[in-house]
Amino acid sequence: MMFDGSQASLRKFLSDLPPVDQVGADARAAMLATRSIKTSSKAWAIDMAISMVDLTTLEGADTPGKVKSLCAKAVRPDPTDLTVPSVGAICVYNDMVKTARAELDLIGGKSIPVAAVATAFPSGRASIEVKKLDTQNAVDAGANEIDMVIDRGAFLSGKLIQVFEEIQIIKHICGDKAHLKVILETGELVTYDNVRKASFLAMLAGADFIKTSTGKVAPAATAPVVLVMLEAVRDYFTMTGKKIGVKPAGGIRTTKDAIKQLVLVNETAGDQWLTPDLFRIGASALLNDLLMQRMKLRTGHYASANYVTID
Amino acid sequence: MSKFEYANAPESKAIANIATNYGLFIGGKFVEPKQGKSFNTINPASEELLAKVGYADKSDIDLAVKSARLAFNKVWSKLPAKERGKYLYRIARILQERAREFAVVETLDNGKPIRESRDTDIPLAAAHFFYHAGWADKLEYAGFGSKPKPLGVVGQIIPWNFPLLMLAWKIAPALATGNTVVLKPAETTPLTALLFAQVCQQAGLPDGVVNIITGDGVTGAALVNHPDINKIAFTGSTDVGKAIARSISATKKTATLELGGKAANLVFEDAAIDEAVEGIVNGIFFNQGHVCCAGSRLVVQESVADELLEKLKKRMSLIRVGDPMDKNTDLGAINSKEQLTKIREISNSGDAEGANRWSPEVKLPAKGYWYPPTIFTGVSQSHRIAREEIFGPVLSVLTFRTPGEAIEKANNTMYGLSAGVWSDKGAKILWAAKQLKAGVIWSNTFNKFDPASPFGGYKESGWGREGGRHGLAGYLSSEAKASK
Repeated sequence: MMFDGSQASLRKFLSDLPPVDQVGADARAAMLATRSIKTSSKAWAIDMAISMVDLTTLEGADTPGKVKSLCAKAVRPDPTDLTVPSVGAICVYNDMVKTARAELDLIGGKSIPVAAVATAFPSGRASIEVKKLDTQNAVDAGANEIDMVIDRGAFLSGKLIQVFEEIQIIKHICGDKAHLKVILETGELVTYDNVRKASFLAMLAGADFIKTSTGKVAPAATAPVVLVMLEAVRDYFTMTGKKIGVKPAGGIRTTKDAIKQLVLVNETAGDQWLTPDLFRIGASALLNDLLMQRMKLRTGHYASANYVTID
Repeated sequence: MSKFEYANAPESKAIANIATNYGLFIGGKFVEPKQGKSFNTINPASEELLAKVGYADKSDIDLAVKSARLAFNKVWSKLPAKERGKYLYRIARILQERAREFAVVETLDNGKPIRESRDTDIPLAAAHFFYHAGWADKLEYAGFGSKPKPLGVVGQIIPWNFPLLMLAWKIAPALATGNTVVLKPAETTPLTALLFAQVCQQAGLPDGVVNIITGDGVTGAALVNHPDINKIAFTGSTDVGKAIARSISATKKTATLELGGKAANLVFEDAAIDEAVEGIVNGIFFNQGHVCCAGSRLVVQESVADELLEKLKKRMSLIRVGDPMDKNTDLGAINSKEQLTKIREISNSGDAEGANRWSPEVKLPAKGYWYPPTIFTGVSQSHRIAREEIFGPVLSVLTFRTPGEAIEKANNTMYGLSAGVWSDKGAKILWAAKQLKAGVIWSNTFNKFDPASPFGGYKESGWGREGGRHGLAGYLSSEAKASK
């Protein structure tokens, strides 16, 4: 690859990427949304989606009690049906990492990773020292995954190398203790060309996952944005032989939405990406809809919302 | 096998109420053909019989033309334009209401995927009626003189690739401009036209304004040669188009002909590659490549050819070939055994002439007519597969070094129906569009249709335009034609 870590070569690499035609990308995503996923394939997709959920609470009002009940839900999403898989991860702010890790270990969720949002989430507007400390804290508290935000201001003002180096620094802190998910906040990058460039920038800088959004900015994980990111990981794999994960987050609330995401993965990056190691869905309300649709498939009728637990 | 197999998602056949026998639709009624002959229409995906359809001969055609002439003289030409428009609006709404039924019948009779008949054919057919309904009472302002007049009785012959949509392209402008119609659908796909005859009854369209006669090429020739036809509108092969032109040459009949194509899809090195790949796939594999404006020649700049072809092959491996009634099918059945034979014959010449064939691994159903998505690389201008219309899911790939060479290759054909230009540079697109000798040029997209946009070809791709304001011209005269 013609990239030596300098600002000039980074800019050259990113500007040599083929452009994205917005109309065409929208049309492709819309076509894939017409796939009709029924019966056995729907059942498979629902379980796959459950195992990919990054069950998330990122609120000012989060408490240890709230986080603990989320952990219980993560381990056994449906207490009446133990064939339901556990979720992909728990995603919290960094001060809740310790609580989440301890609780998961206690209730049989040792294998469920804890992800912490970091680097002055969601805006990313803080000094690099603060971002470093934010990350270090989370890793020290036992976070298995770090969901960092990129500096969108730097990206939009053309300081690509600054964004790149920041990711490298955070990656270094993660070391081999934590996986790094890089949040592009595509709703602020706006164009699909920017989404493609930011995806490659993050991958070159060492991201293990690229993630659409914080969930605090709209629009978040739209289908064409996810399509462009899936194309990016597919092409990066062709170039380097390295598989990078993708995580759409924000706005995916129904089973239908989730299945559309899986179809996008299947027909863009390919079915090798259909694993929680390479595809996650950041969500909170989605899980219960998946559970209710699962019940419907099993029993043949819809249950009331009271048949699934609120958290 | 993929981890994520899509379970069967078939559309229900129950909504398609196909009769076992159909007569000819003449004078507002279904009548038996005079000779009592009929022929079969089958489902090309299963080879099952769908219905028996009346075979019209000369005497039936004479009856149909007489009924159209009577309707023209007594009713349709006397009706205020606004009233004609109302009928067209009514037909358009009924098509929308019965869209699902039409989509199912179209897919059963034609073999095209239900996704395409549902999302493209039927909505566009309705859109054509809506669009032309609006023109009916505004013809004085269309730029054809202050009192444009209808021609009279129009004979219309349509192909099997978009049966209902081609019917709409023909009937909607003819009726909006005040003509009456005798239409012959293709031999292999008569059912949606016969269903449309029921729509005419449902809409209360005056008897004889639309007549639908079924049959084969002999029937079509008899319609063309009927002395009381004022105009022929034909969509189909260039050979038949030439025959029609010859047979009307010594008459007062006019014609619009929409014929073959061998469109070039030009991909420049600065194109959005992923979207270009989608456009190439849509250009040649949409409707099994049974599209006169299909992008059957990919002309790609050498500097990006390898990358593009690698991506194209990956994308082609995802094309879902099989049961057209399955909502997830991308590529359906070839419309007829005859067409399959033709596709095979021309494609085999590609092998023989030294081009390299590639198809993804696909499992084709045992019954029915099928051809896998296929590309040929290493094609040169002199190969038959670069010159002749295959009308199937077969793409010929050529390369170019400079923009000038791209244009030369694109224009080096006897056809000129459509072309595609893929580039991120606006100036380059406009420059290319100016140089290309084709009636329709798409930039950064392909196979997009709209009733407001005129469609038609240069050179041997046809005469006249269909759709839009330009399409009205073929159905209007500045002076009234004397009718017999």
